[in-house]
Amino acid sequence: MNDFLKIQGLEARIDADGTPKEILKGIDLEIPKGEIHAIMGPNGSGKSTLSYVLSGRDDYEVTGGSATFKGQDLLALDPEERAALGVFLAFQSPVELPGVNNANFLRTAVNAVRRARGEDELDAVAFLKAVRAETKRLSMSDEMLKRAVNVGFSGGEKKRNEVLQMRLLQPSFAILDETDSGLDIDALRIVADGVNSLRGPDFSALVITHHQRLLDYIVPDRVHVMAKGKIIFSGGPEVAKTLEKQGYTQFLEAAA
Amino acid sequence: MPAVTETRETVEKLAKSSYEWGFETDIEMDIAPKGLNEDTVRLISEHKREPEWMLEWRLKAFRMWLEMKEPEWAKVSHPPIDYQDAHYFAQPKKKPGPKSLDEVDPELLKTYAKLGIPLHEQALLAGVEGAEDQKRLPVAVDAVFDSVSVATTFRKTLEEAGVIFCPISDAIREHPDLVKQYLGSVVPAADNFFAALNSAVFTDGSFVFVPKGVRCPMELSTYFRINARNTGQFERTLIIVEDGASVSYLEGCTAPQRDENQLHAAVVELIAMDDASIKYSTVQNWYPGDDEGRGGIYNFVTKRGACRGARSKISWTQVETGSAITWKYPSCVLAGEGSVGEFYSVAVTNNHQQADTGTKMIHLAPNTRSTIIAKTISAGRSDSTYRGLVRMQPKARNARNFTQCDSLLIGDQCGAHTVPYIESRNMTARIEHEATTSKISEDQLFYCRSRGLSEEDAVGLIVNGFCREVLKELPMEFAVEAQKLLQVSLEGSVG
Ligand SMILES: Nc1ncnc2c1ncn2[C@@H]1O[C@H](COP(=O)(O)OP(=O)(O)OP(=O)(O)O)[C@@H](O)[C@H]1O
Ligand SMILES: [Mg+2]
Repeated sequence: MNDFLKIQGLEARIDADGTPKEILKGIDLEIPKGEIHAIMGPNGSGKSTLSYVLSGRDDYEVTGGSATFKGQDLLALDPEERAALGVFLAFQSPVELPGVNNANFLRTAVNAVRRARGEDELDAVAFLKAVRAETKRLSMSDEMLKRAVNVGFSGGEKKRNEVLQMRLLQPSFAILDETDSGLDIDALRIVADGVNSLRGPDFSALVITHHQRLLDYIVPDRVHVMAKGKIIFSGGPEVAKTLEKQGYTQFLEAAA
Repeated sequence: MPAVTETRETVEKLAKSSYEWGFETDIEMDIAPKGLNEDTVRLISEHKREPEWMLEWRLKAFRMWLEMKEPEWAKVSHPPIDYQDAHYFAQPKKKPGPKSLDEVDPELLKTYAKLGIPLHEQALLAGVEGAEDQKRLPVAVDAVFDSVSVATTFRKTLEEAGVIFCPISDAIREHPDLVKQYLGSVVPAADNFFAALNSAVFTDGSFVFVPKGVRCPMELSTYFRINARNTGQFERTLIIVEDGASVSYLEGCTAPQRDENQLHAAVVELIAMDDASIKYSTVQNWYPGDDEGRGGIYNFVTKRGACRGARSKISWTQVETGSAITWKYPSCVLAGEGSVGEFYSVAVTNNHQQADTGTKMIHLAPNTRSTIIAKTISAGRSDSTYRGLVRMQPKARNARNFTQCDSLLIGDQCGAHTVPYIESRNMTARIEHEATTSKISEDQLFYCRSRGLSEEDAVGLIVNGFCREVLKELPMEFAVEAQKLLQVSLEGSVG
C-alpha cells in the first residue's frame, strides 16, 4: 500500500481577474516511495498548476479532492512546512531576488529546513564545504554563489541553480517543472545526473517535461499524460516514446 | 602609601573619570520649570558651567528662534507641538520606573529578545528601577568593554593618538578655541527652526577632534557613553577632522529606545579639511509609537558636513527604523576642490510612521563628486518621502552627482514619494538620477517559502537584499545588527 504521495480527485482554480478559472479538474495520482514519475502534456494543461498546488502556493484555491504526503494532509500545510517535510519544487521559471546573495539564500534555506527537521544547523564552514561539493558536481562556477539569486542568470544557469538547491535541501519528494528546457546537451546530462544520483528508496520525484530526451537520462517508473486538468493516461517509460512520435492526438481522442 | 589604598584610590579615580568620560548628568541637579524663555537658557548654561561667550551664543540663537516659524513643507503631519509645555533641562531623574521586568510592556521585551539583547540590558533599556545600580555598562558596550579598566585603555589609546573625544559640555570648557571656531560654522543657529532651538538649549552630545595626519585608531561610538540609555533630547555633535586625518563615528543603537521626551531635535556638524575623511553611521530605532502611532518620538534633526579641504570626503550612512515622525536631511557642502560627498540611507516605516528624509549635496567647487543611494521601505499605513537636493553652483566645474532612489512597498496601504530637486548652474556638471518603485511580489515570497523560509524570514531576506548597497557601507558589526533590526521592524507587515 502506498502512503507516500497520494492525490485523489484534486480540483483547483484560480481567480483570473475576478472570474474563477478551473484549472485542475480531478487529478488522481499516486507516487510510491522511491519512484520517479513523469508528467507530459500540452501547454496549458495544468502541469505547473499541479506543482504549485502541491508545494503550497496560495493563489490557487483547492475546490475538491485531497493530497496526502507521508500520511499528512499536504494541503493543510504552509509552503515552508511542506519544504520541511521533504517537498521540493524546481520552478519552471525561477524567481529573481535582487540583492540577495545566492550563498546566503542557500544557507538560510538549508538551515531553516534543518532546524524544522530537528537537525543541527550548518555553520559557515560546513555549509561552504557542502555547497562546493554540489557546485562541482553540477559544473557550476563558485561565482554563481556570490551573485544575487537568479538575477542575470542565463536560462540554463537558473535551472542548474534549482538543482543545486534541490540537492542541498535533500527532499524526499522533488517536483521538477521543465527543468530540462533551455539546457544544452551537456547541461542536460549534468542535471540528469544530479537527479539520478539521488535515486534510491528515500527519494521520489515528479518530472514534468515536454521532451522525451530527458527521460532517456532519467528513466521514469511511470509516465502520465495530462490534458485539460486531468491525467488522461498512465503507462511505462514507453509512453514518452509514443508521444514523441505521434503527439497527443491519439491520447486526447481516446480520452474524449 | 600601602598598595591596597593606592589601588583603591586608583580604582576610584578610574571609576570617577569614566563617569566623566561618560555622559551621566548630575543626579543632584534641579529641574527647570516647564517652558522656554531666556531664563531657561541661562539656567542650562549655568548648570553646564559654561563660559560667558557660550551663554551669549545660546541667547542669540534663542532670540532668533523666537522670530522663526516651524517648517510646514515636510510631508509629515502631527498635532502642533507646544514648546512651552516641556522641560528643557533635567527631566525628573527619579520618576518611578517599572519595578521589574514583569511590569514592562511585553511587546517591548519581545523585541529586545529578538534583537538578542541580554536580560540585564533589557532591564536597563526598559528603565527598570535599580537596573543601573549593577555596575555594568549598558547596551553593546559590555560586549566590548565590560570593565572600567578596558574603557580607560580605550581612552588612553585615543589620547596617545591625539584624538579628543568627549562630551560637548566638557569641550566647551576645555577646548574653547576649537569650539568657538567651529560650533555653528556648518549649521548656524539661523539655519532653521529646529537648529535655532537646539543651539539655544542643547545639553548633550559629542565632540571629536582628530588632528593632522591621524587616522583615528578605533571607531568612535556613542555606545561608549555610560548613560546611553538617556539619549538627550537636544543633542549637539561637532566633529572636526584636520588635514589627512580620518575618523569613523557610529551613532545610535539598534535596541528600541523609549524616551519621555517626544520632541528630539539634534544638530550634527562635521568639518573635513584637506584630504580628511569622515564616515558617520547612524542606526536609529526610537520608539515609533504603538500600532496607532500614539506616543512615538518626533525626530527633527539637522545634520550637515562641510568638506572644506581639497579632496576631503564625508560619507553619511543611516538606517532609520524608529520614531513616529522623522525629519532629517544629512547634507554635504562640497567646498574643497575634488571633495566627495556620499549619502547611503535606508528608511523603514511601518504602521503609522511618517518619514521625510533625504539629503542635500551642495557642490561649490570644481571636480566635486557626490553619490546618493536612498532605499525606502514602507509597510502598514506608513508614509515615506525621499527629498533630495543636488545643487551645482557656478564654480562647480565637472562636478558629478549620481542619485539612486529605490522604494519598496509592502502591502497596499502605504505610500512612498520621491521628490528630487536638481539645480545646476554649471554647464559642465553632470547629474544622473535613477528611481524605482517595487513591491515584494507573491512570486518572491512563495519562492522563498517553498525553500523552507518562514514568511517573515523571507521578507527579511528580500528587504535586506533590497538594502544591500547601503548595508555594506556600515561597519561590520553594525551591519549585522541593522539586518536583524530591519527584519524585526517589518514583522507582521505581510499576510
Ligand atoms: N494567474 C492566472 N490567471 C489566469 N490563468 C492562469 C493563471 N495561472 C495559470 N493560468 C492558466 O491555467 C492554465 C494552466 O497553466 P499551467 O501553467 O499549469 O500549464 P502547464 O501545463 O504548466 O503549461 P506549460 O506546458 O506551458 O508550462 C493555463 O491556461 C494558464 O493560462
Ligand atoms: Mg508549466
